[in-house]
Amino acid sequence: MRKAFIPLLVVATAMFAYAPIFIANAPYESTMLLIQKVMYFHAPSGMVMLISGVISGVASALFLFRKSRAADHVALAAAELTAVYGVIVLLSGPLWARKAWGVWWVWDARLTMAFVGWLIALAYLVVRKYGGPGSEKLAAGLALFGAANVPFIYLSVNIWRTIHPQTTVAPTLPAGMREPFWFCVAAFFLLYSLLMTTRVRLERQRATLDDLYLAAED
Amino acid sequence: MPRRLLIALLSLILTAPALLAQPPQQNEYVPIDQLPPQEAMPAAPLLIGAYIVVWLGLMGYLFWIWRRIARVEADMQALQRRTTGSPR
Repeated sequence: MRKAFIPLLVVATAMFAYAPIFIANAPYESTMLLIQKVMYFHAPSGMVMLISGVISGVASALFLFRKSRAADHVALAAAELTAVYGVIVLLSGPLWARKAWGVWWVWDARLTMAFVGWLIALAYLVVRKYGGPGSEKLAAGLALFGAANVPFIYLSVNIWRTIHPQTTVAPTLPAGMREPFWFCVAAFFLLYSLLMTTRVRLERQRATLDDLYLAAED
Repeated sequence: MPRRLLIALLSLILTAPALLAQPPQQNEYVPIDQLPPQEAMPAAPLLIGAYIVVWLGLMGYLFWIWRRIARVEADMQALQRRTTGSPR
């Protein structure tokens, strides 16, 4: 992965640079017109946020039940990325909603649950940073709840009556909208995998540094 | 008969708020540049704002990770120098 990192980063940057041109050439949606184009970045960010929440939960389960230190590094990296992508989702969404719905925010099921999911990721990070010794187990418990929340976030638009577009929108996009959308999804997931790799590497180096400090003290 | 008249009158009074709440009927075409401010809100600044949030968020985060990696690597080198340089 180390050798491929820089080329993949170049590819991801090129994809992000080309995405606005691809999106600009996509047809306008009939009712929302220009503002609908926020969807090409907002929805992939949301997908990455949800996947990252699940990865954090699964890695936390591995850490709790198998005492895997590597899984703990992955869980922490994924929780941090869930929080970062959560910020993007929760800021880009209202910018779209202001024009499409006439309001910045409504407390409907999808928005509220996404907000709760983001708060759980933040709580995980706060516990890890300020919880003191043993806090990683407490935080792992939080990550499990964060992962359990993900299916509810995803399905909330189908279960409850909300004003947020349903999950059927993305798979049924017409030609012209479909290509730039899945291109953006690919770009977001590629960048996510690179950020994850880098963040896990940072956590591994920190663990090594801690070990070296302990060895030096002995 | 007076009872029926009374019910009809009462129904009319009860529906009055709903009738009053109806949006005014369109009796003329309004050019797009004369729309009320809340309806004429341009989408472009919001769209560009959303893309800036995404770009800045991701690039800022990548930069932050790299800074933290550089700091940890510097700490590791400092520790290595300290342990190899110290008298045994």
